[in-house]
Amino acid sequence: MEQSVEKLLRTKHLAHIWCPGCGNGTVLAATVRAIEHLGLDQDKTVIVSGIGCSSRASGYMNFDTLHTAHGRALTFATGIKLARPELTVIVLTGDGDATAIGGNHFIHAARRNIDLTTIVFNNGIYGMTGGQYSPLTPTGSYASTAPYGHIERPFDIAKLAIAAGATYVARGSAYHTKMLADVIIKGIEHTGFSVIDAVTQCPTSFGRKNKMGAPAAMLEWQRDNAVTVEAAAKLTPEQLAGKFIIGELHRSEAPEYVAEYDKVIARAQKGAKK
Amino acid sequence: MIQIRLSGSGGQGLILAGIILAEAAVIDGKEVVQTQAYGPEARGGSSKAECIISDEAIDYPKVTVADVVLCLNQESYNKYGKDIHADGIVIVDTTLVREFENKENVLALPVTKTAVEGLGKAIFANIIALGAVVGKTGVVTKTAIEQAVLARVPRGTEELNRKALALGWEMAQKAC
Amino acid sequence: MSRVVLMQGNQACAEAALAAGVRFFAGYPITPSTEVAEIFAARLPRLGGKFIQMEDEIAGMGAVCGASLAGVKALTATSGPGFSLKQELIGYAAMAEIPVVVVNVQRLGPSTGKPTAPAQGDVMQARWGTHGDRAAIALSPTSVRETYDVTVHAINFSEKFRLPVIILLDEIIGHMREKIALPDPSTLRIIERKKPAVPSGEYLAYKPDDDGVAPLAAFGDGYHYHVTGLVHDETGFPAGSASITADLITRLHTKVYNAKSEITLFDEYFMEDAETAVVAYGGTFRSAMAAVKEARAKGNKVGLIKLITIWPFADEVVARAAAKVGTMIVPELNYGQLVGEVHRAANGRAHIVSLPKVDGGVFTPQEILSVLDKEVG
Repeated sequence: MEQSVEKLLRTKHLAHIWCPGCGNGTVLAATVRAIEHLGLDQDKTVIVSGIGCSSRASGYMNFDTLHTAHGRALTFATGIKLARPELTVIVLTGDGDATAIGGNHFIHAARRNIDLTTIVFNNGIYGMTGGQYSPLTPTGSYASTAPYGHIERPFDIAKLAIAAGATYVARGSAYHTKMLADVIIKGIEHTGFSVIDAVTQCPTSFGRKNKMGAPAAMLEWQRDNAVTVEAAAKLTPEQLAGKFIIGELHRSEAPEYVAEYDKVIARAQKGAKK
Repeated sequence: MIQIRLSGSGGQGLILAGIILAEAAVIDGKEVVQTQAYGPEARGGSSKAECIISDEAIDYPKVTVADVVLCLNQESYNKYGKDIHADGIVIVDTTLVREFENKENVLALPVTKTAVEGLGKAIFANIIALGAVVGKTGVVTKTAIEQAVLARVPRGTEELNRKALALGWEMAQKAC
Repeated sequence: MSRVVLMQGNQACAEAALAAGVRFFAGYPITPSTEVAEIFAARLPRLGGKFIQMEDEIAGMGAVCGASLAGVKALTATSGPGFSLKQELIGYAAMAEIPVVVVNVQRLGPSTGKPTAPAQGDVMQARWGTHGDRAAIALSPTSVRETYDVTVHAINFSEKFRLPVIILLDEIIGHMREKIALPDPSTLRIIERKKPAVPSGEYLAYKPDDDGVAPLAAFGDGYHYHVTGLVHDETGFPAGSASITADLITRLHTKVYNAKSEITLFDEYFMEDAETAVVAYGGTFRSAMAAVKEARAKGNKVGLIKLITIWPFADEVVARAAAKVGTMIVPELNYGQLVGEVHRAANGRAHIVSLPKVDGGVFTPQEILSVLDKEVG
């Protein structure tokens, strides 16, 4: 890895805890490359994570890093950003962390449009606890808590985020690593709540149970089933069945929470002088 | 030490009246504790504000035996109207309290009626009642209660509230 | 200049917090603590501080932890049901050693219970509510004026010892208005957290000084440190050896217990000649004081111990009194919680009488007096 990226990592704390073939390292690498590309001030960038395999990523990154409690990363991040708006706050979370136990925080952070960038390491399973189904586990697949096949419908994280008010939403995958870094860059650059749905593979807890083959085969699945936004526009819903769309899915402008609160401060202080 | 209980229903402004009375006591340089009890609803239901005014530090913050009781509805009269010190005074609003024992220590005044007819709105009943309580008992000074009322009421309503306080005061004085 | 005003307990708490430098509040509305949030919503922006009403109680706790790590003194307020929800991140703040203050205006429970009824049913929850093991600091004031002082102490303790400090108000003190002399904020003794005195490369966020507490850098100040709820070594990174684990959990206790004399706030009344003592805290103290004065007026040698610091428990104060008096009476607005600690501290040296009350009302002085009469007689 190039010198400039290396200084953004705590090389002393690598090797990481992830299994061979896990896609989390790829998502972490894309995140670090995005930060490097943007030239973010290392002293003014804070990484916040929740609990789960993905959320261990914060410990490998050489910034002020906060590994919080399960599902709560966005609440801590909200406190940091509001208390010290000059900081760039990036939240690393998993699909279970963000949309099950942290689902309420996720939709409300989106509703506030607070200037945070949330990268969801979406492997569709609870990896750390050994393969229980998450809100992103596809219907019909197998998990340790769905031994007869999963009966629930999964969330579409991007649609959820858009509906809740997020103003930048994109999806990438561990296979499309360059594109993933690109949308992370755009997410961080965007002022407001940004969500990057990073589709990644868990060969140990999802792949094995669902006969997905070796990690390389899971990456090939991502390659073969990803459809770019541009390509998807030309396809029918039938043709898109079972596929996932990658690229920039949503971008809008809306008042950002911290900036709006600055106006509250101005109003309160003007009122106080009367 | 004087123990005062202001009772009625939610929405009659009794807690505000309790706070104003307590603030008047502060202006007079007295020690004071003010508490309240109310149901979860903002309107309707029962409401009670208590004030203890003393020259010395107050330990127990709630009224044990009331010296002054104000009843702004029938339910509160039934509950508190007779629970009073032997030398205590009960002030009832005859607009809303129809059944009460008209004993020597009872001051019966048409509080809400006066608010509606004299000032055009029932919401002034609490301030009229305060005027009556102070006019009858002198628990705080007239200047202190006036100052306390004017400090608490919404801007633009000062004159009406000053008038409400005076109406209550005069009613109580006349009845004495 | 001090000011004489009529003030509510919840308001005194908010005023003191602002005077002590709290500039961040995050919380969720709940009776009977809502006034605290409303005051912060109005006052913080005028001071350039931040208020946010979060989506739930846990989020309120998370946001104050985040703000504190960003270097801003932060406080949240709640009541019973919310205090239950906040336990998760109270534990996080204890483990990650984040200075925050949690105000719990107690109401009658369990569950939704009686939202406007006073109670003291959360004293053991303040100690043991979060899972695992750590020392807690919890303070419970007995008047509006004391609420002001206790809030300043709570903020100071949280900053000094790097932990979540709990203020146990109750509906009596929280909603009561009293005449108080507000101190001039410039006269307050305010403690700020220790900042690192070393360059960023050498900073260890969990390497304690002699007092058991490590300096705390703010996020954004260039120290690049890691915070986790996992067992960690002095660098802050996860580490799980037996000795590291034991050292950490032990230090989460000793940093408080070694400073116990400083943290233990209490008062004693009429104890010189007391043969019987009442031990009371929070709003119940007021009823106890009235009862004790009446008992003494009758010639009974009754004393009173006021516990302001609930946790760590004032073992020495109670033990000393137990060695002197025959009987100790513990009135509480619960089914009998802190009385267990009194038993433990008295260790058989005095006869302990629990006086529980769980009807949603406050003790009348007479209720305590009648027990006193019985025990004295």
